[in-house]
Amino acid sequence: MNEFDCCLDQRRAPIYEALQTFRQMRVVPFDVPGHKHGRGNPEMTAFLGEKCVQIDVNSMKPLDNLCHPVSVIKEAEELAADAFGAAHAFLMVGGTTSSVQTMVLATCKRGDKIILPRNVHRSVINALVLCGAVPVYVNPEVDDRLGISLGMRRDQVFKAIRENPDAVAVLVNNPTYYGICSDLKSITQMAHDAGMYCLVDEAHGTHFYFGAGMPTTAMEAGADMAAVSMHKSGGSLTQSSFLLTGPRMNPGHVRQIINLTQTTSGSYLLMSSLDISRRMLALHGREIFAKVSTMADYAREEVNAIGGYYAFGKELVNGDSIFDFDPTKLSIHTRDIGLAGIEVYDILRDEYDIQIEFGDIGNILAYLSIGDRPQELERLVSALAEIRRRYQRDGSGLLDTEYLDPEVVATPQEAFYAPKKSVPLNESEGCVCSEFVMCYPPGIPILAPGERITRDILDYIQFAKEKGCSMTGPEDPDILRLNVLA
Amino acid sequence: MELWFSEFHAPDVKHSIRINKHLYSHQSDFQRIDIFETPEFGRVLALDGNVQLTERDEFIYDEMITHVPMAVHPGIKDVLVIGAGDGGVVKELARYERIERIDLVEMDPEVIKACRAYLPENASRLDDRRVHIYYDNALRFIRRCSEQYDLIIVDSTDPFGPSEGYFTREFYGICYNALREDGIMVNQQGSPFYQHDAEAMQRSHQRIVHTFPISRVYQAHIPTYAAGYWTFGFASKKYHPVDDLDAAGWNKLNLQTKYYTTRLHVGAFCLPAFLEQLLREVE
Repeated sequence: MNEFDCCLDQRRAPIYEALQTFRQMRVVPFDVPGHKHGRGNPEMTAFLGEKCVQIDVNSMKPLDNLCHPVSVIKEAEELAADAFGAAHAFLMVGGTTSSVQTMVLATCKRGDKIILPRNVHRSVINALVLCGAVPVYVNPEVDDRLGISLGMRRDQVFKAIRENPDAVAVLVNNPTYYGICSDLKSITQMAHDAGMYCLVDEAHGTHFYFGAGMPTTAMEAGADMAAVSMHKSGGSLTQSSFLLTGPRMNPGHVRQIINLTQTTSGSYLLMSSLDISRRMLALHGREIFAKVSTMADYAREEVNAIGGYYAFGKELVNGDSIFDFDPTKLSIHTRDIGLAGIEVYDILRDEYDIQIEFGDIGNILAYLSIGDRPQELERLVSALAEIRRRYQRDGSGLLDTEYLDPEVVATPQEAFYAPKKSVPLNESEGCVCSEFVMCYPPGIPILAPGERITRDILDYIQFAKEKGCSMTGPEDPDILRLNVLA
Repeated sequence: MELWFSEFHAPDVKHSIRINKHLYSHQSDFQRIDIFETPEFGRVLALDGNVQLTERDEFIYDEMITHVPMAVHPGIKDVLVIGAGDGGVVKELARYERIERIDLVEMDPEVIKACRAYLPENASRLDDRRVHIYYDNALRFIRRCSEQYDLIIVDSTDPFGPSEGYFTREFYGICYNALREDGIMVNQQGSPFYQHDAEAMQRSHQRIVHTFPISRVYQAHIPTYAAGYWTFGFASKKYHPVDDLDAAGWNKLNLQTKYYTTRLHVGAFCLPAFLEQLLREVE
């Protein structure tokens, strides 16, 4: 028996195949959705395309049901689990946010402690608001030059586990938005040794499972659950995602948790896009990501040749807080040309018609993927050269730190639901915040519910607003006032 | 048997040329390259199905993109040509003894190969000792250059294919930076007639206006291009295309031309009212 015989046939795409059959059957719809294969909404059909709206259908016997898969969705999940090396895979249609929330809700109850880095995505802390778990933050190290949060150091995780033996789970952000990885294997081992689950927010790591020479994946490391944003590097439609589980998780229980918040009308557009993308990556992922890595390496070299910018890569690896680096990421430090990342981000879009993923205080991130071509990279690099020529200035006066160590006074759930009052932003110092404040993207909270508001945090918010960061979270959309505990 | 080559000049307008023979067809890494033998236009080069040149009317384009800047700036010695793999622009430039260096940057080696084989007259001066051919992406090539050229000629294909990057603000910016303090950039700027083309022309004009202190548009009649009507951009750091025309100096060179004259030079910058209006909207 060769290796191929023992695996599932990754050339299959059961949901896609079932939808093709369904289309040929010309079934008469007396069920929802009411647009009836697009006929009821000609303008929408013209815009989105007939082929697309024809498969926007409801669950039915030949197409299975996402809430309780028994046929084609079940097969698609088995194929995905096989492709990712997971014990089980769940198709998710509520974004990776829903995958992350399921990880937390499946392992934590009210009052349970969960160990996590503070630079998590808002979806993690939202899940804590929902379930009432108590965050124990591990301070991620900050790179002084770049001003970005790194991975979790092993000794910091060990210390948090030792000081909180009653914690139920450790959550790792791997890789970070910037492509920085923690020592996933050791952290998983430490968590398991202490009887805790290891959960991985792997939103930016889909390609780790398919490319050659990529950082360790959550499933390889033996983690219990991983949230994988197939729609980011995997090429599926926005809002589609995978939740992966290891052998220690009970898939029936995880399904119940998913069904607490997930729609009962799962979109077949999203599900088929997951199925087709999984097939593409399983069959061709190695070549695809080799090409993306080569483009990113080339772009890093060219950006660094301009001068002033620093496109960072594997040279940062230090064996601990930067255990590994995602070779497909093009993260560029801009402060040495005297511009905040968000300013470069805005100039690129407003003057050069180039949209990048995000800019923060000191860095920008250009997202490279499957769909990129060398000629567009040449435009990006040339535009950066032009921005330097036209706008370079003295960089003093730019804030130089990104990580603000939070003082957690109340759990996110307590703070979110507690009696509160609204105060002007500049009078809020010393109060306990009851809502989120973040720049989006990347959506990592500056303040989370239950945290003490300090002068540093207020200065940071002020600076980010002045530089043009798009701020979200608070009830007051202009962020002139904040809700604090009464 | 009737064999016709058709090209869409607009979504609802087609231009067709009768073909005697399909001489060459090749899909390169960048584009599809075709060369036809035709009764009316002689040999025709098409890239991705768009006519780039015909033996019959190439002189108009090549003369107008070359002699206009050459008659304005008396000190042009170092020239950079972008695209132009067919060799037509180089053929005109090579007639000037004062030019010391012609750097040609073409992304697609297959275009030059095909033109050498099937359009030998056009490609005849590519082997001139002053010509240096670089197979590279022009953005990549130019952003390494600083104040080293007197003239840059952008002889690209349309802004909707592999040359899209040559109609961008970043491209014009790095060209500006690669030119000496009195340098000139001339580019083909498309047809101002059909809506799709007119909008692209406006966008690139707007970007050039924001990059160079002097920016003017001039026109020529080219039968095989969309609407038979073509524009060029003249962007300059110092010289004005009409006020600084050295007609006497150019005429003393005694170059024989079929389209360009120094009288036409002045007229080419006088534009019809609708085109003036289109340009004013974005200036």
